Amino acid sequence: MQGRVHLFKRDHINTDEIISARYLNVHDEATLAEHAMEVIDPEFVKRVQAGDMLVAGENFGCGSSREHAIWALRGAGVQAVLADSFARIFYRNAVNNAFQIMEIPGISAQVQDGDELEIDIEKGLVTNRSQNKTYSFPPHSPFLQGIYAAGGLLKNIAANAGRRKVKK
Amino acid sequence: MGLTHTEKLLAAHTVSGEALAGNLIQARVDLVMCHEVTTPPAIQMLADHGLHGVFDPDRIVVTPDHFVPSKDIESAELARDLRKWVQENGIKHYYELGRHGICHALLPEQGHIIPGQTVVGGDSHSCTYGAFGVFSTGVGSTDLAAVLYTGELWFKVPESIKVTIVGQLPDGVYSKDIVLELISRLGVDGARYQALEYHGETLGQLSMEARMTITNMAIEAGAKSAVMTVDQVTHDYLKGRAKENDWVEYSADDDAQYVREITVDVSHLAPLVATPGQPSNGQTIASLKSDDLVPVDQVYIGSCTNGRIEDLRVVASIMKGRRIATGLRAIIVPATSTVWKQAHDEGLFNIFYEAGCVVSTATCGACLGGYMGVLASGEVCVSTTNRNFSGRMGHKDALVFLVSPATAAATAVSGKIADPRDYL
Repeated sequence: MQGRVHLFKRDHINTDEIISARYLNVHDEATLAEHAMEVIDPEFVKRVQAGDMLVAGENFGCGSSREHAIWALRGAGVQAVLADSFARIFYRNAVNNAFQIMEIPGISAQVQDGDELEIDIEKGLVTNRSQNKTYSFPPHSPFLQGIYAAGGLLKNIAANAGRRKVKK
Repeated sequence: MGLTHTEKLLAAHTVSGEALAGNLIQARVDLVMCHEVTTPPAIQMLADHGLHGVFDPDRIVVTPDHFVPSKDIESAELARDLRKWVQENGIKHYYELGRHGICHALLPEQGHIIPGQTVVGGDSHSCTYGAFGVFSTGVGSTDLAAVLYTGELWFKVPESIKVTIVGQLPDGVYSKDIVLELISRLGVDGARYQALEYHGETLGQLSMEARMTITNMAIEAGAKSAVMTVDQVTHDYLKGRAKENDWVEYSADDDAQYVREITVDVSHLAPLVATPGQPSNGQTIASLKSDDLVPVDQVYIGSCTNGRIEDLRVVASIMKGRRIATGLRAIIVPATSTVWKQAHDEGLFNIFYEAGCVVSTATCGACLGGYMGVLASGEVCVSTTNRNFSGRMGHKDALVFLVSPATAAATAVSGKIADPRDYL
């Protein structure tokens, strides 16, 4: 996957900043997307294009359990988030949605806004085409890879539920 | 090698894997908490994937709380969808308006939380229930959908931090001050992916309500869960709420392995204020800069952190015979319908009215900028809630200071952030 970077060079970006609670009265991605990252940067949704990537500091997505944070970013066209580290509920929500996240300590200090990244998920390698640099990340555990391969946790469960039905 | 309290709770529910810190396991979930913001997406996902029915309608507790009584058409539709799903699936533990409450205050109050359980809720503050010796954590809507359908969920077994709280808590200092101190020391990601296990003599001095304020804010240090050991105080609280000895009590082994150990001595603790931005910005009132001692526009008393009856009693004891400051508004939100009734019966509403406060029905309301006290740009709010992020309670340029109910009440009377010890 390839994409252009939107750098949010800050730690502890919380879910209220990713999607404010006043928009949680709906959950369709297109509507949520209109307000993605609004608290930090009201212009972000005007700039972001399909396939872009977010890069941020430590503990990205802390705070609320709202999965709307993933949906708002995905709805806005963001295809991956790379961060120094992630808050745990955001991390789970991303995996469960088969939304690509890469935990790469120090990434927010090495990447510039607008850089073009190419990511090889299987090799665990990010290539920064703009700077001719590479960064590596450990691949997900086989269990998490299984969720990604299925296209998300519920697809995984639905597939198994189907098998159970056939057995009966 | 000994096991932590958290490992033991998860081990007792493990379906596959081995419940040791760092491992991925599949575990049974005893109880699932649902509210009207994160459950309707889960309901829709289940339907979209052709997954019908729930694992056990008697192990699901549902209350609308975030935006009720519904603040707009979209919120009304979320509440309607939740209600319809409850009826279709025969879920009997549903708390309709009039008996509803903020989920994390309601479930323990109604006896749904008993020691030894595994609980998940579609809300980050689900860590609150750990005060009862349960493993409990907040999840998003997909996890919620998965657990509603299967009764199981995957977990990474967390490492644990041992937090020992010692010393006699001084007058005018409360469990909110303890947790603000702890979060300030840990930082907002100091317990990321980890469990907080609480020990120490001070816990014995605290009521279950006070303990829940501490476990409630574990997520503000990034923790996955929080847990306290069951004692006589727990038993006394559960008496009449849950079937006696219908539960299992676990505790950490003496030689349990912790990733870190922290001791908080509360004997010299002063009332704390978490200044705007992060819940970890705790500092004493005396050390506040003059910039922070500006006139306060709004005092908000409520939420899953500090909207219980003991909180309202403390507020009333300070406001009794006093008026809130001119130019300031004070909003009091009892956390559940039962708390509302208790406060009413004890005459607290009269004190609040005479002081110049407004009292609402139970709702998460303005804690997350929903309604019932949303802030305008430039406004200053002193709040008993749990998050002071930019934009959390309204406009991104509003300022939120987190405090105990006593400090909130003293501030309401004073007009600027005030030390409650001057008003006791």
